[in-house]
Amino acid sequence: MGAFDFLMQGLVTAADPMMLFYALIGVTLGTAVGVLPGIGPALTVALLLPVTYRLDPAGSLIMFAGIYYGGMYGGSTTSILLNTPGESASIITALEGNKMARRGRGGPALATAAIGSFIAGLIATLLLAFLAPSIVKVALVFGPREYFALMVLAFVTVSAAFGDSALRGLTSLFLGLALACIGIDQLSGQARLAFGVPELLDGVEVTTLAVAMFAIGEALAIAGQGKVGREEVLAVKGSVWMTKTDWKRSWKPWLRGTAIGFPIGAMPAGGAEIGTFLSYATEKKLTKHPEEFGQGAIEGVAGPEAANNASAAGTLVPLLTLGLPTSATAAIMLAGFQQFGLQPGPLLFATNPTLVWGLIASLLIANAMLLVLNLPLIGLWVKLLTIPRPWLYAGILLFATLGTIGANPSTFELGMLLGFGVLGYVMRLFGYPIAPIVVGLILGPMAEQQLRRALAISQGDWTVLVQSPIAAVLLGIAALALIVPLILRLRGKGAVLSQLAGDED
Amino acid sequence: MKQFVLASLFAGAIALPAAADYTIIAPANPGGGWDQTARTMQSVLQEEGISPSVQVQNVPGAGGTIGLAQFASQNKGNADALIVGGYVMVGAILTNNSPVSLADVTPIARLTGEYEAIVVPAASPIQDINGLIEALKADPGAVSWAGGSAGGTDHIAVGLIAKAAGVDPTKINYIAYSGGGEALAAILGNQVTAGVSSLGEFQEQVKAGTLRLLATTAPERIEGIDAPTLKESGLDVELQNWRMVAAAPGLSDEQRAKVTADIETMVKSANWQKQLADKGWSDTYLSGDAFTEQLQKDVTSTEAILKDIGLVK
Repeated sequence: MGAFDFLMQGLVTAADPMMLFYALIGVTLGTAVGVLPGIGPALTVALLLPVTYRLDPAGSLIMFAGIYYGGMYGGSTTSILLNTPGESASIITALEGNKMARRGRGGPALATAAIGSFIAGLIATLLLAFLAPSIVKVALVFGPREYFALMVLAFVTVSAAFGDSALRGLTSLFLGLALACIGIDQLSGQARLAFGVPELLDGVEVTTLAVAMFAIGEALAIAGQGKVGREEVLAVKGSVWMTKTDWKRSWKPWLRGTAIGFPIGAMPAGGAEIGTFLSYATEKKLTKHPEEFGQGAIEGVAGPEAANNASAAGTLVPLLTLGLPTSATAAIMLAGFQQFGLQPGPLLFATNPTLVWGLIASLLIANAMLLVLNLPLIGLWVKLLTIPRPWLYAGILLFATLGTIGANPSTFELGMLLGFGVLGYVMRLFGYPIAPIVVGLILGPMAEQQLRRALAISQGDWTVLVQSPIAAVLLGIAALALIVPLILRLRGKGAVLSQLAGDED
Repeated sequence: MKQFVLASLFAGAIALPAAADYTIIAPANPGGGWDQTARTMQSVLQEEGISPSVQVQNVPGAGGTIGLAQFASQNKGNADALIVGGYVMVGAILTNNSPVSLADVTPIARLTGEYEAIVVPAASPIQDINGLIEALKADPGAVSWAGGSAGGTDHIAVGLIAKAAGVDPTKINYIAYSGGGEALAAILGNQVTAGVSSLGEFQEQVKAGTLRLLATTAPERIEGIDAPTLKESGLDVELQNWRMVAAAPGLSDEQRAKVTADIETMVKSANWQKQLADKGWSDTYLSGDAFTEQLQKDVTSTEAILKDIGLVK
């Protein structure tokens, strides 16, 4: 049987009414738990995995796929509506998504996220099904120096994308990089900047910082404004549904997001966040409405959300073809496989085609199910915004705290959450963007470790960084992205650029 | 009257020893080995009726030492509290200068273990362990080893190999990755000379012919594994990455015996054995004084090698 027949067979199994019911339970549970800020898909799957053990392999895999995609999806809902990303991959979604929601465009924002996730999930799952073995060969070529070059590119494009005020953006970014130095240095095992506090040995948790910056900082800022006479937040302005323009502005970002997210997810050390950063930067460069970025541009939701889901499917490439779990969620999925005596690895597609294709078919079903479940619910979700602000933010504070405690039960962690929350408030007060600090915390350690690994392997020879063609090309693009705007400015076109930058604030 | 009530309560307690509602701390993030061990224990303890309700709680951080510290301070005398740990914790306690050590809890039993494997990519010119050792002796810095976190089992294995081969352990070029998986990618991509991790991490790749298995750290050849032990190759290295379960500090002898008996019932069940087989873990169950003794030996030798590598002052 060829791949296509296997897939069809898997779909037929998954279309059984009982299986569809399991899928429904899975996506509902996954979305519900994923909505809690601080609880990402990894914890969701770990919490719910025992539930799936009771079922037969097919039912279990289907429910599992539902929980996985459901958890990914739940995170973006809270990002958009409440500005509280549940996990690092949906941080970027909060940037434009929440601005849209505040202007009464929460419906279209959720819709473009849902449809974008569906389309990205669909394309990426099909790519996974048919191209996984060849993709993984390319991904393995990425060694430390190539990753380092990719990180440099991410830094350059991302800091340019946050450039309403370059100085403030960079200040925030370097604050994040400083925080990233805290903890045990992975390559030497020595503690840095931990000041003897055991909780700091593992560094600052990204979700703690993100939830603190976005949710707590926001709540403090709202409280700090004092009594607002009139509520300026409109739940719905215009249509809940996407307009024709919205569609027109969304479809290209969906496809570009997928194209960026999938390969990065497939890389063993890629990580879903990087795809969302690059997608956001790309959309901001290509958009015809640059003035809307920072005010709620639909492209800024559509692209990163597609990238996020595409990389979720991409993560399965190294898992299924090499047995490499490259994210926490993938590690738990590995545990799920082992439940059936399956050992993912290079031979899995050959030795256990039925289960593998069953899983892929389940992912497709879960993906479709999520769309069906979530589109009608959008009307209900946006009603959240009509809750009076003091109540809403009290609720956000409660859930942010619960989520952090749930993921890591420690009073110190809670103290950090509040401390960073205050920092987030102060940064808001003085007009510093908060996303770069989180980006710095994510990219900083990756860039540092990959650079040091590359140099350790070459025994200190710096030229190794440009000896690989891939690394050289990536660094070249990064250099161009840095230099071209400078040249444009020198040749008198700077006025246009600064005009653009001025509008973005 | 009061004495009667007390006496009958006491008698009742003897007659019907209430099954414990265990809480198991997994001192790591969901998905890792300790978390999976805790969750497997949870399902077997419940399904076998040893404990009606078992909770698993993740307290991640710093090689398990954060979970360990929290566990030791909050559960004194609580016979229902368990924590999962392992060999990595032994090293982490030393490298992190953890104020709480395994002496502050009540180790119950070693449950499972995995041996380390030394591999090279299929395309590597190195054919056997002797070839690798020759290269290491010629220029220690030129041989890069990929493995898990610094100071962990993989790093210790490389240190032990270097020492046994007469190479200065501080000269080894160990490239730490966040886990066996990421290290595997680097080995498969030909980025490093050799790789060290649990045998299970490499097995599927070895079967598929993309990695060459040079040796294992087992005391004798493992059934079905076509590779010599390091001992056979003249290197006196033996290392097992084991996982264990411990109870709270300050337990009475009866309480300790009860927990040990519950764990033994679990380990002896067909259900547990099936779970181990499914996950590819070997049963290295060891309890009581034999385990305490083994643990002490591991702590002493680990401290010595970490000092040799230069990770512990």
